Amino acid sequence: MICQECGKRPATLHFMKNVNGEKTEFHFCESCAREKGEGLASPASGFSIHSLLSGLLDFETPGGVGGLSAKPQALRCDNCGLTYGQFSKMGRFGCSNCYDQFGDKLDPILKRVHGNTVHVGKVPKRSGGQIQLKREIENLRHELHDLIGREEFEHAAKIRDRIRELERSVAET
Amino acid sequence: MQGTGPDADIVISSRVRIARNLLGHPFPMLATNQQSQEVMERLTSVGNSGRLNEIGRFETIPLSDLNELERRVLVEKHLISPNLANESRCGALVLSDNESVSIMVNEEDHLRIQCLYPGFQINEAWELASRIDDIFEEEADYAFDERRGFLTSCPTNVGTGIRASVMMHLPALVMTQQINRILSAITQVGLAVRGMYGEGSEALGNLFQISNQITLGQSEHEIIDNLHSVAKQIIEHERAARERMMQQESRVRLEDRVFRSYGILSHASIMDSKEAAQRLSDVRLGIDLGLIRDVSPQVMNELMVLTQPGFLQHTFNEKLNMDQRDIRRAELIRQHLGRKSDHGGV
Ligand SMILES: [Zn+2]
Ligand SMILES: [Zn+2]
Repeated sequence: MICQECGKRPATLHFMKNVNGEKTEFHFCESCAREKGEGLASPASGFSIHSLLSGLLDFETPGGVGGLSAKPQALRCDNCGLTYGQFSKMGRFGCSNCYDQFGDKLDPILKRVHGNTVHVGKVPKRSGGQIQLKREIENLRHELHDLIGREEFEHAAKIRDRIRELERSVAET
Repeated sequence: MQGTGPDADIVISSRVRIARNLLGHPFPMLATNQQSQEVMERLTSVGNSGRLNEIGRFETIPLSDLNELERRVLVEKHLISPNLANESRCGALVLSDNESVSIMVNEEDHLRIQCLYPGFQINEAWELASRIDDIFEEEADYAFDERRGFLTSCPTNVGTGIRASVMMHLPALVMTQQINRILSAITQVGLAVRGMYGEGSEALGNLFQISNQITLGQSEHEIIDNLHSVAKQIIEHERAARERMMQQESRVRLEDRVFRSYGILSHASIMDSKEAAQRLSDVRLGIDLGLIRDVSPQVMNELMVLTQPGFLQHTFNEKLNMDQRDIRRAELIRQHLGRKSDHGGV
């Protein structure tokens, strides 16, 4: 079997990928595989072939999956400067802020790669505590809104105080 | 890798890698030298803070201190990735003295914690990696998002950031041609398989690495459990195939293959890496089946690593071309199999 990348050397590395039942096989020679950062010597780097991923991303962009914003390429991370277009070529984010900036555009990509879009695993202890607090504040705000709507001001005042208290502890940590 | 641990006749090693990044810093790929330097100082200071002492003795090695060959050896020992070896820009390795923990700084992500255990110990590898993760998390602010989890440079790692894998030696499943069916079943359950093949369809050295493919939407526990139970089933299939081969008339063919390979490894003067991988696999199987009793499995595991190109050059401390490598490889194997004198003029 011949390497599918260079078409010259024999293919010695074979990968299989299965995304939601859709199977794809790859056959590379060692030097092409290494260029793709996929040498067998790096099992720790996991299974991610740049070209595959970037093909996947390219697939997502032309029609615009959400169909709402016409030019996703014009999206740019205001922290690291990476554009969505560059991201879809490289298949790599520039910084953690990119995740926010590219927002819901990522859902279809994550869905295809993982079959899921929402994390259910480990939460860091320190910043995770903050997440719990923020979640609680969010809930209390909803409750406050409801209480005010129902003109239950006495109860609302208590909730308001509780929110302030929590916000202080968020600010302190 | 000592060739020990549970189910070591089939599982060579178990590995867990966790990818993490620091909040607010650009990922290594886009970082300037100064930004990478900052990340390296931040993370190696945690590594040097003494908190890791409860786990073992650690040494911090800036990649810039190592020459090309030294880096290649680390790659072949699976202690760093080729990626880190190539782009040494402010990269560092924090390594435990028994080499079971290697922490990479400024690889594709700021932090990659990797735990490698001999044999089938994937749960143990995860627990240790997670402990080290907690230590770093106490002192460094991670990029974490409530919805997406741990934010990584590549979207294939986001969420848990965990990649768990077992390296399995599956010669009997290959010989009895059950392997393809099993591998395709594995990919159906969200796991990825990597094999290294020679020409045709026969896997080089019959080594397969099975790892999780999904990092988002499953908890670490689910990921590890899934891999564990699938690997357990493969172990049983491989054992059953080995037993059947030993009972049937195929036994004599199997013995012939094992001893033929043993003979060639013990006496050959030229050995390319592909043949070495296959012959070492045969002998390793022969040891596991009790056909060969005077060679330890540890020696076989060592040879699987030692016979790789970078290692050979390192061992012989010189630049070798391909022909020289094949000669040195044969020499090294003979020595390890205790046949040193065979070519010394008996
Ligand atoms: Zn090629
Ligand atoms: Zn960014």
